[in-house]
Amino acid sequence: MKKLLLLGDEAIAQGAIDGGISGIYAYPGTPSTEIMEYVQRSKIAKEKNIHRTWSTNEKTAMEAALGMSYAGKRAVVCMKHVGLNVAADPFMNSAITGVNGGLVIVVADDPSMHSSQNEQDSRYFGKFAQIPFFEPSNQQEAYDITREAFDFSEKFNTPVLIRITTRLAHSRYAVQLSGQLPQRVTSFPENPKQFILLPSIARKRYKSLLNHQKDFLEEAENSKYNKFYNGEDKSTGIVASGIAYNYLMENYNGGKCPYPVVKISHYPVPENLIKKLYDETESLLILEEGYPFIEEQIKGLFNLGKPVHGRLDGTLPRDGELNPNLVAKALGIQYQQAFNIPDFIANRPPELCPGCGHIDVYNALNEAIEEYGNERVLSDIGCYTLGALPPFNAISSCVDMGASITMAKGVADAGVFPAVAVIGDSTFMHSGITGLIDAVNDNSPVTIIILDNAAVAMTGGQPTSGEGKIEQICRAAGVAPDHIRTFVPLRKNHNQMVEVLREELHYKGVSVVIAKRECVRVLQRNKKLKKQTIKT
Amino acid sequence: MKKDIILAGVGGQGILTVAAVIGLAAMEEGYKIKQSEVHGMSQRGGAVISHLRISSKEIFSDLIPEGTADIILGIEPMEAVRYLSFLKTGGRLITNSTPFVNIPDYPDREKLLSYIASLPHSIIVDADKIAKEIKAPKSANIVMVGAASPFLGIKKENLEKAIHILFARKGEKAVNSNLAALKAGEETVADKV
Repeated sequence: MKKLLLLGDEAIAQGAIDGGISGIYAYPGTPSTEIMEYVQRSKIAKEKNIHRTWSTNEKTAMEAALGMSYAGKRAVVCMKHVGLNVAADPFMNSAITGVNGGLVIVVADDPSMHSSQNEQDSRYFGKFAQIPFFEPSNQQEAYDITREAFDFSEKFNTPVLIRITTRLAHSRYAVQLSGQLPQRVTSFPENPKQFILLPSIARKRYKSLLNHQKDFLEEAENSKYNKFYNGEDKSTGIVASGIAYNYLMENYNGGKCPYPVVKISHYPVPENLIKKLYDETESLLILEEGYPFIEEQIKGLFNLGKPVHGRLDGTLPRDGELNPNLVAKALGIQYQQAFNIPDFIANRPPELCPGCGHIDVYNALNEAIEEYGNERVLSDIGCYTLGALPPFNAISSCVDMGASITMAKGVADAGVFPAVAVIGDSTFMHSGITGLIDAVNDNSPVTIIILDNAAVAMTGGQPTSGEGKIEQICRAAGVAPDHIRTFVPLRKNHNQMVEVLREELHYKGVSVVIAKRECVRVLQRNKKLKKQTIKT
Repeated sequence: MKKDIILAGVGGQGILTVAAVIGLAAMEEGYKIKQSEVHGMSQRGGAVISHLRISSKEIFSDLIPEGTADIILGIEPMEAVRYLSFLKTGGRLITNSTPFVNIPDYPDREKLLSYIASLPHSIIVDADKIAKEIKAPKSANIVMVGAASPFLGIKKENLEKAIHILFARKGEKAVNSNLAALKAGEETVADKV
């Protein structure tokens, strides 16, 4: 079998393909996007006719994957951590229904918030749903765990969650492939009531999930992904989960750590392994990427017993991702820092690309809203969130997918007029439409600016589910046709744009202004592709 | 053999291509590599860093520890200095001299370059100028690969092979421009080796 140089995300994708999936479902979100993109490029995926198109949001993705599992086939669904909040309803209930074909949920967390609004730790979701979950420590484990997870899922009739973090998602290493497992044929569940969560059935299903808990724990205790490493120095025992294990080993040059170590990549937390470590050492040091998930469980409420060090007592920072230096400090190892960074180095935050249509919209909006102020402009998740930074300072919120419209409605309900929402086309499709219907039903005086660049731009220009449909959808939601306005955001149209925005800001009802121009990056990419195609 | 390299630049300058060329060449030579990248929001004209680790042994951390990098390779001078805390004693900072100014408080250019020149083992290359001279204006990043090439511990023919493989898709002209950029970069540091 061959070796491939793969990102952690790509290792998961290859693992899913080789694990016999018939479908992958996802909505783009850093750092998870490359999983779907890899499957979309894969020749094998094409040959095997694996379903591999983007979903409108994480909830629709999760439900479609559950449907494929219901029909007896293996499916994987991928998202970033906050995407699991959107998919939480079907995710939590999938633990109760169980599966038919193997079902794997991959969630990529973003500690340090490189491209996110929070750094929530998805292991809590695994525990919340009471299902088995995995945290690969490297690209090889990401591949192996994903490939094997479908068998595991079917064996215990449960969905399985795989949690990775940014540094594994976006780092490459050579991965040894194993053979391809066969795809499954269509078959309905043996128990025809398995997926009917009426209270009387759900209670039985829930008991079945609870009865499985001891199996899940036993599997974790004996898992090849959890290991006990002996060490001579019993002053400290170390628990290292996921990629924290790599940072630990980095500090011993890949050689032998002098302390006993429990490495964890398979949950629930293997109690016996940790008990053994606790019994034979004087104190524990817990290294984990994310929240103090294992640390809290070991410490309990009263921390009765030996000292437990980690993120809770300040041995490691309470927030942000780990790195080899932070782990070194926790181990009492000193690094010599040779150079300091001079103080004249300026920050270089991300910015809107030259020629981006959002620039023209913000310039027009800032002029149109000048008499009222930008506090009343609520916005959303996407490239246009960069409008919060200078030179624009145009927007006053960015909370979650779709929140611009509903928050603007709340602001209007509070008596502020005018209230404005700025939202991208893909975000509108993802979670904006329901909010628009609320606004229409209440005839809320809000002006909703939809930035239609025909792409999910921030994550790399994936296609959107709303291409060419935004105007129709707004009409169908009940927005008065006179108050659905469209313009092309270009500098030469500045005055027209300001005028349209002013008119709609003055309107005491729901108005939608669609700024329609393709993402410049996608435009450039498509031109390049065209050129290459002509050449070849 | 172990080389830890910090690649620094601004989103859009071709940092990931630099990582791919050096990484592929290292693999051709039989080494293991681990390479972390920045995707997502920072790629929009913001500061971008890639950690490239080359070793004959297993590599654990995806991130290079601070104070241990052998080389900082900058496609942009201020970005190269931003990650100076990663460089080890005796490590080498090699950077393009052309600033990418998209912020109002960019430091004084002379001050920045004289600071870099004052660092031990630093090399400053006007990669943008060289790229223009050889009529490959988009290949400043590969000029920098050339400038770093004597210090990577990787054979020149493997870097050339990597360029052949990675740019084949873009056509023969792109391959030749980048081979020329690699050579020009290498020649410009000939007196420093």
